[in-house]
Amino acid sequence: MKALYRTFRELIRYRSATAGLVIIFILIGVAIYTVITIPYNEAIRLWRGGEDIWYKYPKNAQPEWVNLFTEPDLPKTIFLSTADSTVSKTTEVVSEGLTQVTLSFPLEYSYEIFPQELTVYFSARFAAKKPHVSLTWITPNNEEIEIGSFSIQSSDTYRVSQDQRLQRKFKGTPPVQGLFADPNAPQPTPLRGAYELRIVGSLFEKDNDLDAEVVLHGEVYGSAGTDHLRRDISIALQWGLPIALAFGLLAALGTTITTMVIAAVGVWFGGWVDALIQRITEVNLVLPFLPILIMVGTFYSRSIWVILGVTILLSIFGSGIKGYRAIFLQVKESPYIEAARAYGAGNRRIILGYLTPRIIPVLIPQLVNVIPTFVFLEASLAVLGLGDPVLPTWGKIIDDARANGALFRGQYYWVLEPSALLMLTGLAFALVGFALDRVFNPRLRGM
Amino acid sequence: MPKDPLLRLENLVLHFRTAKGPVQAVDGVNFDLGYKEAVVVLGESGCGKSSLAKAILRLLPRNVQTYTGRVYLEGLELMGMPEEAFRQQVRWAKMSLVPQAAMNALNPVLKVGDQVAEPAMVHFGVKKDTALTQARKMFQHVGVPADFLDRYAFELSGGMRQRVAIAMALVTTPSLIILDEPTSALDVLTQASIFNVLKRIKQEMEVSFVLITHDIATSSELADRVAVMYAGQIVEVGDAQRFFAEPLHPYARKLMASVPRLHGDKEPEFITGQPPSLLDLPTGCRFAARCPLRFDRCVQDPPLMEKEERLVKCWLYV
Repeated sequence: MKALYRTFRELIRYRSATAGLVIIFILIGVAIYTVITIPYNEAIRLWRGGEDIWYKYPKNAQPEWVNLFTEPDLPKTIFLSTADSTVSKTTEVVSEGLTQVTLSFPLEYSYEIFPQELTVYFSARFAAKKPHVSLTWITPNNEEIEIGSFSIQSSDTYRVSQDQRLQRKFKGTPPVQGLFADPNAPQPTPLRGAYELRIVGSLFEKDNDLDAEVVLHGEVYGSAGTDHLRRDISIALQWGLPIALAFGLLAALGTTITTMVIAAVGVWFGGWVDALIQRITEVNLVLPFLPILIMVGTFYSRSIWVILGVTILLSIFGSGIKGYRAIFLQVKESPYIEAARAYGAGNRRIILGYLTPRIIPVLIPQLVNVIPTFVFLEASLAVLGLGDPVLPTWGKIIDDARANGALFRGQYYWVLEPSALLMLTGLAFALVGFALDRVFNPRLRGM
Repeated sequence: MPKDPLLRLENLVLHFRTAKGPVQAVDGVNFDLGYKEAVVVLGESGCGKSSLAKAILRLLPRNVQTYTGRVYLEGLELMGMPEEAFRQQVRWAKMSLVPQAAMNALNPVLKVGDQVAEPAMVHFGVKKDTALTQARKMFQHVGVPADFLDRYAFELSGGMRQRVAIAMALVTTPSLIILDEPTSALDVLTQASIFNVLKRIKQEMEVSFVLITHDIATSSELADRVAVMYAGQIVEVGDAQRFFAEPLHPYARKLMASVPRLHGDKEPEFITGQPPSLLDLPTGCRFAARCPLRFDRCVQDPPLMEKEERLVKCWLYV
């Protein structure tokens, strides 16, 4: 414990290490926060969810903070529901078999760019006779546009932006543009001001009711934007963090420690054990790593844990064995090892208590330095289409972006956000790793 | 006292294989050691003293060519014992070693208290705190302050480390301790204090010593018996007092004459030449080439024979 504290004190003398540690602690904090606030099952449900979960979100929206840098501002999403106080709902019983419900949605639109989509979600309560609704659009100029009237199911969606009849009415202009266009402007620009969407519902039974939600999808959303399935990318960015850290840490720990122990076993027992370990290592070193992983991913399982296991298995007999062996061969001849043998220490005690501790100074910086390697590996595999099919990870975001031509369509945020996080993680561990190397490696002390 | 000697070596042979041929480091050693007895093994560097210690404790390097003979400890034959049983029942339980260069014989990543406690934990399976209590007791015996238990080897002076190494050899209360040049690389005062520690241990505890050393003068205070080794063989064994009064073998005489004396006008002598290479031993008496008393029979190998209750390997005493 004291040694740990001493190492820490010595480590933070390096400013780069302090910076790296701060980043790592922040990353770990965010990871813990994510796992607590968005439990695993919830994250999976959201990420795997479809339109029913994500209908309120715009498609391929950029993060909101791009408005800080762009002019004119991109429209935000406006969401209104009959439950909101700004929305008025009046119910009028006309006769025994007819009740009229008037829903009025005030929409304050102040952007110079047209919104993406306008969608109305109805939910109605009725027994047999379907309610009938008619939608009217009132512009700031008090111009009234009949959008349409139709009967609805108990739960129904009306996508204004996809209404062909409305498009014909606007002479080919996309319906949303048609609704928001300033009639006096030479170029199609939206007219800013207070709009109103009025929905008049005719209910034909007693105790029938009608509610609606209006979503005016903008072009920006949230802190990270959304993808082609309207999903909030920030969920995958957040959940990608604990996954990346866990994968990197487990793979790094798994490989370095087993490699160290195997190297020590080989050196200690010598003879055919050593020869066998060395031959396995040499064979493994020429085996292509990535193709084997791709094969496992293609034919067996793409679960992140299987990939992690295979990664560790393939990395154990890596070049580390050769390096550790060189050190162990030297340590093995130390008098204190012979002394331990003399007092009857068993093989296990000598390997774990006497040989391996001597390599810790070399091992710790290496361990920290290989963590980002494995984080990148996981992302690379995801980009190659071998990502875990269930989990949201950084690599998966990049894969989705690539598959949907994000860069081709100028949706840079989609690729840059996960990439920036990957680089930040790599940078943090590299900063700490290099400083640790200086603290532990006596040859670098004076530098 | 039991009739058997504590340790009996019968024709113990240890040859190493090297690229240049076999090295006959220990070549037919016969030798008895009683209970509570200290034997000093004297000899020049490279005459097989340390190899003898290794052969007794079966701490063999990989390049052993021949390892034969018989070793009896408390009447128990050790050579036929399987390695695992030997490790568990003999090493440290019955005999322990203070290794050569004991300065480096301590694990740099263990506290010395834990290090001393380790053999007790390994052999008796006791809990750590019990073993530490035992270690604390041993520290008292060898004169190391108890608060040193929590220090690391690099925080200790050479003399203290040597004492710790001795404490480690004592912690399992074995009946035999082999000390392989315990005072090499220490200054004279520290050497003397280490020998005082050993003397005190010898009085206080039921333990025999095999003390391998160059230091004839200091070791004479501790020795009950003396064995002189030359070129892998024992050339003289006998009672210490008689040996120091009058060594028999010409090599032993020369060795004794090389010790400077405080009172007396005799100049220290030296032995001409070098001991023979263990790779290429001469036939006949191995000391013949350097012996001032060489005569015709020395071309034949002399037997180890009894003379005045001592054993001497020289044709002069036939």
